Amino acid sequence: MRAIVTVMPKQSVLDPQGVAVRDAMHHLGLENTGLVRVGKIMEIDLGASGPEIEGKLHEACRDLLSNPVIEDYRLELEP
Amino acid sequence: MRAAVLRFPGSNCDQDCHLALDFLGADVHYVWHKEESLDGFDLIVVPGGFSYGDYLRCGAIARFSPVMRAVVRAANEGRLVLGICNGFQILCEARLLPGALVRNRSLHFLCQDVHLRVETAATPFTRACTPGQVLKIPIAHGEGCYFADDATLDEIEANDQVLVRYCAPDGSLTDGANPNGSRRSIAGVCNRERNVFGLMPHPERACEPVLGGTDGRFLLRSLLESLPNPGIHAA
Repeated sequence: MRAIVTVMPKQSVLDPQGVAVRDAMHHLGLENTGLVRVGKIMEIDLGASGPEIEGKLHEACRDLLSNPVIEDYRLELEP
Repeated sequence: MRAAVLRFPGSNCDQDCHLALDFLGADVHYVWHKEESLDGFDLIVVPGGFSYGDYLRCGAIARFSPVMRAVVRAANEGRLVLGICNGFQILCEARLLPGALVRNRSLHFLCQDVHLRVETAATPFTRACTPGQVLKIPIAHGEGCYFADDATLDEIEANDQVLVRYCAPDGSLTDGANPNGSRRSIAGVCNRERNVFGLMPHPERACEPVLGGTDGRFLLRSLLESLPNPGIHAA
């Protein structure tokens, strides 16, 4: 089983990287570009599957892969 | 008074902390991050640097080092824990302190002197200061913008947990004096029990006139005066 974890800064957290990317988009001629948020994606080969692994994975998402104070995560599982 | 200075792969302010605390009269020992006990230490310092290369998030991986379980135990026992710069980030990741540190507003790594206003002297970390006192201490960080949600900020302010804020030389809080965009100009916070303190500026780098200032001694001396047999050198 493979997990795809997407981690994004919370809407309330200042994302200066997103602002810098938005400004660069404007310079590229995409003047209408609005909000840009920069996050990260992790592809994780779990080597096993089952409900127990899934529970532990959510724990890892909350404790290690994201920091709930500043980030939200989305977990997708692939067989 | 026995002080531990923790060392993670990538710590780089450990020797500065050792030197400053030793000069002020503490019995200082390095403790490698694989150690599982901090028995016998009155003070634990989590120094600055780039633990684990800042991979994932600053402090996110160091938080799971074996020694951190001992740090949490020591904190729960009421012993003093000080986190400086990357050490502050690690203590926030370990949930020993509220909030988190994110990328500087400017996206630049900042290495410069800043002014800090001491907000309260009612902690073991600031007792040698007077409230409102302005200290000049350097910062050196890329991810030092303090963030917590409004409810958390209101709570830590109500509990008098904000110990230092970035300020202008006259002590006023202005946006221009806030180097990294920290919410409410917060440079350092303690826990509710007031025995764990983290700050982004480096007091250990401001303990010698030849290094540009000695204001860091106010914070480190506070600590040593809070502990048994401080043996403070006249300074």
